[in-house]
Amino acid sequence: MFPTPIAKTSRTWQLTYQTLLPVAMVLWLLPLLAVMWFSIKPGADFTTGNYWGLPSSFEGFANYFLVFTGSDMPRYLWNSVMITVPTVAGAVALSCMTGFALGVYRFKGNLLIFFMFVAGNFVPFQILMVPVRDLTLDMGLYDTRIGLVLFHIAFQTGFCTLFMRNFIRALPRELIEAARVEGVSEWRIFWYVVLPLMRPAIAALAVLIFTFIWNDYFWAVVLTQSPESQPVTAGITSFNAQYRAMYHLMSAGSIVAAIPPVAMFFAMQKHFIAGLTLGAVK
Amino acid sequence: MTMTAMPETEIAAPPRRFRQQAIAPWLFLLPGLLFFSVYVIVPIIQSFQISFYDWNGLDRPDGTSTAVYVGLENYRDLWDDPDFWTSLRNNAIWLVLYLLAIPGGLFIALFLNQTVTGIRLYKSLFFFPFVISQVVVGLVFTWFYDPTFGMINELLGLVGLGPVNILGDTRYATYGIIAAGLWPQTAYCMILYLTGLNAVDPEQIEAARLDGAKGPKMLWYVVLPQLRPATFIAFVVTVIGALRSFDLISIMTDGGPGFYSTSVLAFYMWDVALSEFGFRMGYGSAIAVILFLIMLIYIAGFLWKMYRDEKGV
Repeated sequence: MFPTPIAKTSRTWQLTYQTLLPVAMVLWLLPLLAVMWFSIKPGADFTTGNYWGLPSSFEGFANYFLVFTGSDMPRYLWNSVMITVPTVAGAVALSCMTGFALGVYRFKGNLLIFFMFVAGNFVPFQILMVPVRDLTLDMGLYDTRIGLVLFHIAFQTGFCTLFMRNFIRALPRELIEAARVEGVSEWRIFWYVVLPLMRPAIAALAVLIFTFIWNDYFWAVVLTQSPESQPVTAGITSFNAQYRAMYHLMSAGSIVAAIPPVAMFFAMQKHFIAGLTLGAVK
Repeated sequence: MTMTAMPETEIAAPPRRFRQQAIAPWLFLLPGLLFFSVYVIVPIIQSFQISFYDWNGLDRPDGTSTAVYVGLENYRDLWDDPDFWTSLRNNAIWLVLYLLAIPGGLFIALFLNQTVTGIRLYKSLFFFPFVISQVVVGLVFTWFYDPTFGMINELLGLVGLGPVNILGDTRYATYGIIAAGLWPQTAYCMILYLTGLNAVDPEQIEAARLDGAKGPKMLWYVVLPQLRPATFIAFVVTVIGALRSFDLISIMTDGGPGFYSTSVLAFYMWDVALSEFGFRMGYGSAIAVILFLIMLIYIAGFLWKMYRDEKGV
């Protein structure tokens, strides 16, 4: 193991390390801790200039309560859910199939199609912006959640295919060959043999895509504009305009907007990290 | 499949199966390919086309487009556009400084690669910034930098410095935004390296230790070569992240202060094509094409490496 395990080092270094850890963590999360601090203060503290001192009263509950009752925040959150969940389902479904096709079959153009998916996943969003916005307008889906979902599914299919294809490639081929000798149809091989083995990959991708889509901002501002359809990343700017200079509320709003992917990460940590690294470092 | 009507005989079985195996991959690919073509492949081609037009994005009442073909004029205009060059220069700064996330991530990974109680929680908390949306990161850092109450100025005040208005000063604003971007990006690189360190061969480490290697020497000659896959991915995602930077700029400075002093191509394109100063779709597309071509260098390199790996297996 590198560096030398702490248990094998001197007592002084062990103690230094044990104290260094929490200090480093606080420093690392300092900007975030500051916002959390702000979010429990009363508004009066900001007008009197008491930014960093102790809150003159604890207003955490009142602030967060107001975020949920005094603004469009619940609506934005709901929109985010209604954009993120269908996208995850759609992108995972499509890429299970494309990954299966590219990982199992040998046919002309296999590698070419695979590389097309991989390359597409890396392109800058701006090269897609004008035509995709136009297409969405033409379909009458501008400023709707479904318009955003359709695009996200299509774009995420690139990354998901890369991920799924490499995962399926690593599965034992004998399973598929054996099923074929038994005369099982290709669709049933996909459904009953391969798909059950893909569960870990599906879980990892689902968490990863959830975070990516929840945190998307660019497409939200390009394809939506009203509280009826905007997800929370885009909505937070309107929220901040409503509560201009009311830092206790803006802070609470930011925390609320950030929580769902964070909760997802902590709940599904193992899958999340497996997804980040397995998809990339094979 | 129509073949099912055939009698199930020993002789008929093989052709039927082969036929199925030839068609099946295309059926499985069909929905994914359809979506991907409509929303990714075709729009790339269309953007190239639009970049040769002068177009405000509107159609006439009869449904025809108002676009006027202007050839390479958009690109010629870009050449004389100072805001374009500012954006391009800022892109270069982003690209170079963003790479600091790689050694930064390695450093934190080495720091955290221990087995003490609670280390798992520490690792998650260090990774935390990557999971938060860039919009929130942008807001958090905007307040962190605020000249009247920002924590950074409180800290500077303690040592008798400041206050500095980082985001309001054209000299510092871009660097302030990049620092905010480095926060989640370093966390990302850290997790890649932590996973990489897990896979480092302990026998090689012990052998090198017996040979008297330790500290930086051990890191450079024994550990880093084994971390190459992690370094490669960290490099790829960091470059892509740097070139994609949009959210932070939009949230923290909206391209300002002044005229596009913190803009990058991704932001400038968006602002030109969709801002309230009128929709210039053709001009915006020309910027997008330039950004795409820059990105293509990296995409081609990535695909080339993947191709070699595929052939090598």
